[in-house]
Amino acid sequence: MARKRTDRAKGTGGASTAVKTDLGLPDGLTIDDLVGCFTEMILVRTLDERIWALNRQGKVPIAASCQGHEAAQLGSLLAAKKDGKCFLFPYYRDLALKMCAGLTPTQVMMSFMGKEGEPYSNGRQFPLQGADLAHNVIQISNVVAAGLTQAVGYALACRMLGDDTVVLTYFGDGASSQGETHEAMNFAAVHQLPVLFICENNRYAISVPQRYQMAIADVSTRADGYGFRGVTVDGMDLVQCYEATSEAIKHARQQGPVLLEMKVERLMPHTTDDDDLRYRPRAEIEEARKRDPVVTLAALLIDQGALTQERVDEIKEQARDAIDEATDAADAAGQPDVSTLHDLVYAP
Amino acid sequence: MPECSVIDAVREALREEMRRDPTVFIMGEDVGQRGGVFLATQGFLEEFGRSRVIDTPLAEAAIMGIALGAAFRGLRPISEIQFSDFIWPSVNQLIGEAARVSYGTNGALRVPVVIRVPYGGGIRGGLFHSQNVEAYFFHTPGLKVVAPSTPYDAKGLLKSAIRDNNPVVFLEHKKTYRLVRGEVPDEDYTIPLGVADVKRAGRNITVVSYGLMLHYCLEAAEQVALDGIDVEVVDLRTLKPLDKETVLESVRKTGKLLIVHEDNITGGVGAEVAALVADEAFEYLDGPITRLCGPDVPTMPFAQSLEDAYMPNTERIAEALRKQSAY
Ligand SMILES: Cc1ncc(C[n+]2csc(CCOP(=O)(O)OP(=O)(O)O)c2C)c(N)n1
Ligand SMILES: [Mg+2]
Repeated sequence: MARKRTDRAKGTGGASTAVKTDLGLPDGLTIDDLVGCFTEMILVRTLDERIWALNRQGKVPIAASCQGHEAAQLGSLLAAKKDGKCFLFPYYRDLALKMCAGLTPTQVMMSFMGKEGEPYSNGRQFPLQGADLAHNVIQISNVVAAGLTQAVGYALACRMLGDDTVVLTYFGDGASSQGETHEAMNFAAVHQLPVLFICENNRYAISVPQRYQMAIADVSTRADGYGFRGVTVDGMDLVQCYEATSEAIKHARQQGPVLLEMKVERLMPHTTDDDDLRYRPRAEIEEARKRDPVVTLAALLIDQGALTQERVDEIKEQARDAIDEATDAADAAGQPDVSTLHDLVYAP
Repeated sequence: MPECSVIDAVREALREEMRRDPTVFIMGEDVGQRGGVFLATQGFLEEFGRSRVIDTPLAEAAIMGIALGAAFRGLRPISEIQFSDFIWPSVNQLIGEAARVSYGTNGALRVPVVIRVPYGGGIRGGLFHSQNVEAYFFHTPGLKVVAPSTPYDAKGLLKSAIRDNNPVVFLEHKKTYRLVRGEVPDEDYTIPLGVADVKRAGRNITVVSYGLMLHYCLEAAEQVALDGIDVEVVDLRTLKPLDKETVLESVRKTGKLLIVHEDNITGGVGAEVAALVADEAFEYLDGPITRLCGPDVPTMPFAQSLEDAYMPNTERIAEALRKQSAY
């Protein structure tokens, strides 16, 4: 049954000492976790911004930014990490997710520059596309929604092998229109597979707004049609995203699929090749920026006494240093040898 | 050695591999309770259970995408596409995704998936139950394409396909299913992918073919033998990877080449074989490379007259051989 959440459920707090306790954090989440997520978020944001600069310098051919999607990606990732038995099938906008699944900034930068030894495809694919099996991540392609049936197949195989892994697969509102999305959800429902379909709804498929993509307000209401649970949360709120994902993982393991819609804002153009002012009012983007998770999470943590402005500045400074270093290292790294062009078309 | 039909050989190969390897499982439309529309999996549900013989929803993209995902987790799925004509909804997963997995992950992932595809015409199937689909997959790096003509080859090649670590499109000509019979040993054997087979040795003309047409080629070879024309018939068996050496060796011996397939002539497998021989055996040729193939119409039509007009047959092949022999 679809249900809509607009406010954060209050749980028993796991807040550590020396901070205010009126936050009402959900079970298993501590204020230290939030500080950790914030630190990661700053690192990702710094890298994300740097990539746009590197793109303009001709060093990064293309990038899809995750700015505005960080709370959704890092909140759900934290839930997956705490669960400890999750596998991820992200999509191209999931930079924060893929980076914080376990990669170093240098590895990520190398991937954006297509350098020898980058972890996803050794420079054969777009940045962070291919597989990072060391961190339980697969994203084969750019084709929207193509990963959904694969995620379902992965979950089916886990069940056949007696492994209780839960599979999280991510996609955009645009991808929700694909026929394969329907096929994946229907199959998962028939077999009650432990799959979380996480829709990062930023209300745009490149330039096409939601009202021309679908005739409904919430993608999650489609879950009704498959006979499983649908939930919508504020994807700009990391705590809500964490909590909803934690619950959904437990539900999925016991009772089958969940469609979890996270309403987010795309703060940047679709990619480095796009000019969003052709189709998006500037005022709308400025309005969205007020809800930037980097800003709101900092304010929350300062308000709770978990961070000070000085500490926030320090975190940003450290992130800048780390990304400087990663940029230099990736820049200096070599490109794949041309002799490898023909390698591994077929598996041995 | 006991004799059986092509469909029996397919069923035995599947059964033996399912017994041998618990990671092998089957999914597709009507493969469970009904045993498949051609009965390739008859009795499997009873023997292997519902978790290894999965009646899927009617959704080919899911059948293919789910096979890929299961392969990523270490299983060896066999997907049945009910008829080749219905493979198109799955092509995003097959050509778009599966073919690129090994290359696109730098070998981190592989796709040990077999896609069984009943195909081909001459059975009054019309535009949507007769299609030849091989050229699309033949063109695609990362896929393997197999098209056996006999029960012996079907069994040995299907076993190799199941044991292969790459996506294999396994084409089974529907008309051969019950029409073609042959000896198949009971014991385990495999035929390596990528190795053609000389089905009839001869000195004057090489004919390259596969699938149903291979049998018409053999018949035509017997006909023209009465006129003293000694034809060598090469069965490609595996279309991709193509066994170039066997083709070239034969043409170097005979000096003449006729290529026969049911699929449309333009951009078909035959065009590639012709280019190969033109490139690498030009100086051995005593006549033009000739193709006798399906015409460039969408598929063989339903009406008997039009289907007959589409299909290459023994008489036409014999005629083409006589023409070649005149050079
Ligand atoms: C099947 C397919 N068609 C078209 C494209 C080109 N394309 C890339 S992203 C995109 C929009 C996707 O929007 P959405 O799913 O909402 O994700 P978002 O980019 O907003 O995160 C399009 C049309 C594609 N990648 N795949
Ligand atoms: Mg979108």
